Amino acid sequence: MSEQKTKAAEPRTDATDEPSSHKSNPVRSALRGSSGRNLGLIIALALLIVVGGVTSGDRFLNVENMLTILRYASIIGVVSIGVTFVITAGGIDLSVGSVIGLTTVVASLTSVQLAATQSSWILMVIVALAVGAGAGLINGVLIAYGNVVAFIATLAMLVGARGLAELISGRSTQIVSNRDFLQVMRSELLGIPILIWIFVIVAAAGWFLLNRTTFGRRTIAIGGNLEASRLAGIKVKRHLVYLYVLAGLTSGIGGVMFLGRTTAGTSTHGLLLELDVIAAVVVGGTLLIGGRGTIMGTVLGVLIFSTLVNVFTQNNLDTSIQALARGLILVGAVLLQQRFAARGPRRMKS
Amino acid sequence: MFEDDQPRPLLEVRGITKQFAGVQALKGVDLQVLPGEVHCVMGQNGAGKSTLIKTLSGVHQPDSGEIRWEGKEISLAGPTSALDLGIATMYQELDVVDGLSVAENIFLGHERSSGGVLQVKKTNALARALLKRLGHGDLPPSTEVGTLSAANKQIVSMARALSRDTKMIIMDEPSAILDSGEVANLFRVVRELTAQGIAVVYISHRLEEIRQIGDRISVIKDGRSTANGLSVTDTPREQLIRLMTGRDVENVFPVRTPIPVDAPVVLEVEDLELDGHFERVNFTVRAGEILGFAGLVGSKRSEILETIYGARKASAGKVRVNGKPLRAGSVNSAVNAGIGLSPEERKSQGLILDEPIFKNVTLSTFERFARGGYLNERAERDAARGQITALELRPADPDRPARTLSGGNQQKILLARWLVHGTPVLLLDEPTRGVDVGARAEIYALIRKLAADGTAIIVVSSEIEEVLGLADKVLVIDDGKVLTQTNASDIDEHGVLDLVMKGSAA
Repeated sequence: MSEQKTKAAEPRTDATDEPSSHKSNPVRSALRGSSGRNLGLIIALALLIVVGGVTSGDRFLNVENMLTILRYASIIGVVSIGVTFVITAGGIDLSVGSVIGLTTVVASLTSVQLAATQSSWILMVIVALAVGAGAGLINGVLIAYGNVVAFIATLAMLVGARGLAELISGRSTQIVSNRDFLQVMRSELLGIPILIWIFVIVAAAGWFLLNRTTFGRRTIAIGGNLEASRLAGIKVKRHLVYLYVLAGLTSGIGGVMFLGRTTAGTSTHGLLLELDVIAAVVVGGTLLIGGRGTIMGTVLGVLIFSTLVNVFTQNNLDTSIQALARGLILVGAVLLQQRFAARGPRRMKS
Repeated sequence: MFEDDQPRPLLEVRGITKQFAGVQALKGVDLQVLPGEVHCVMGQNGAGKSTLIKTLSGVHQPDSGEIRWEGKEISLAGPTSALDLGIATMYQELDVVDGLSVAENIFLGHERSSGGVLQVKKTNALARALLKRLGHGDLPPSTEVGTLSAANKQIVSMARALSRDTKMIIMDEPSAILDSGEVANLFRVVRELTAQGIAVVYISHRLEEIRQIGDRISVIKDGRSTANGLSVTDTPREQLIRLMTGRDVENVFPVRTPIPVDAPVVLEVEDLELDGHFERVNFTVRAGEILGFAGLVGSKRSEILETIYGARKASAGKVRVNGKPLRAGSVNSAVNAGIGLSPEERKSQGLILDEPIFKNVTLSTFERFARGGYLNERAERDAARGQITALELRPADPDRPARTLSGGNQQKILLARWLVHGTPVLLLDEPTRGVDVGARAEIYALIRKLAADGTAIIVVSSEIEEVLGLADKVLVIDDGKVLTQTNASDIDEHGVLDLVMKGSAA
């Protein structure tokens, strides 16, 4: 795991016996710290909503449309929570989109559906979660014990899981026929669709897990300095495996949500979703080099992107322009973060 | 204006101040550097040396005060303007690019090219000439810098400074990464530079070194100059320590406390081996005893320590804590059995620099403060606060990021970590690296107190004097072999070096 070791140790080597140089600029100090960063994201989101309201008026600003945005955000959101953990620990998971495809295919197999009708719709959920967690387990073991770089291990899973999904499904779409399952997935609570509730619950659980538990502390510690964590007695390898399993598990949940939303399982579900997920996590303020992660930020990042998509769709704008705008937002957000980040600008060595 | 025998100063700094986010790093520093002299700047960690260096190299701009260069007042807008004037800086973390060749590194930023095409031959020839000026004509310009030793990387860094028509080189603790042979070589190079009229500003807190290489000394304490341009030969050591710390330091090493005859053996190491590194290491450490590893750099002292700790997997042999054998290659087994390690590289192996003090203190124990996985940060903070008070850790704020602390206080975090853990065995690898003289005495006293409380301690240090002064028992190690095991009071530095020389001759 030497690559990770050096990654954890190297990027922060500037001065120690002096505080970093901050100009006391009110804007800067307001935007510093985690709440400040989130404030920036909230402002960005509010601006998007204003733009949506101005350009599309009532078509945009109504409860139904807001729920549409949230429903769109929910699947990416759930997976982003899992990936936030991986990235906070200094890892990366590129495979989540493909794993979603695989979980929908396996969970909607005729045999699984048949067994589910004979027992309970829960079986389909369990299968999806198990497939997701299993894929995560393979990622984690390869990375932690096989010393494969996370980027490569999960890239292999990205390609492999999609291929396996195509093989199993024969590239055909399998319709979900289990009535109980569809009914549950279509249900609402307090007028809010279940998909959104799942996102809310996963996000809340993720926040708690990252900020209030030993699991979260280990995650941040490993991302902050892997070698120091190891020498302090933290079981780093085992924890890395857990993290990828967690990401796989959220992919499994995402798969279940896909099955519910589209009433079908297919190998193309979740195609390129990993890009949206990583973009949302990074825009949210989680450091790609690890050591700092924010669930709130991730949630806001997801909402920003899904609102953007909605605003573009409402205005009948080309998806190409949409893609361009998302790219610009990603770069812009990272540039802003570097400027306002708590650690001050990452100075270039001259 | 100046007396005849006093040349015009190259650099004159008067009353510069610098404030960072409410912290006054420099409160009025003066410095006067003459051409061709070695001017030592001393000060404890946190005294403001780094800020001063960065101000002189143009990284920071002072809030007030003036800087004169060759008599003219200047303002350094950035590192480039300092370089243009002829001020080069050699930072502790060497700014060489490992993937480039020696010559490419020397001319980094001002490559020799014609029409955008690099002139490789010319670059190599020029590099060779520069290296020759530094007495290192044998260093091939086309070698990749990544393959060089730290000492040779320094030479490359200095050659780069020379390549820019430099009049003054600031060296930030250049000896910190060198062993004693390499330091001697560094001094030769420094003398080459000064013989060519280049001034060297030499930052260090190693008094012995300053005695050997320095012409004049300036001392900074708490961001203020406490002495300016003292002659090295006329200033006694005690006075320098007083100027740096504000107090007298007489007995640096604490008095040894006798170990009870019936003190139990806590740590047993039996025939420990790591292929390619060391063989047949045997010793025991009793409760309350400090064992020191004495040896030169490359003697594999740290490797032995890391193997005991399980960070490296022993190829043979046993380590037992209180009679129970540890699983080879398992840090966890060592930690659970009650061994704590304070690693050699504090920043990269010991601390999570951006996390607060308290989380660093509880890095090995936060699970104990949690109930059912739910963290109790208040209890963690309280535990850390207790250690902060006991160890006089400064600043006494558990929420301060570890990055902002001085070397000595960062070391205290690591001690605090294992104190909270309550380990019966402590392995301390270079516990005073990067720690200044004043704080060193404090660290020594802490280590001795831990031993007096019954901890079995192993201390590894590249400073033989430190090992001998601190430890009860000493293993003299060379090239992975234990040459002898003796009471620390029965051997002196010469004795150790004699053994090592004989060992390597044999």
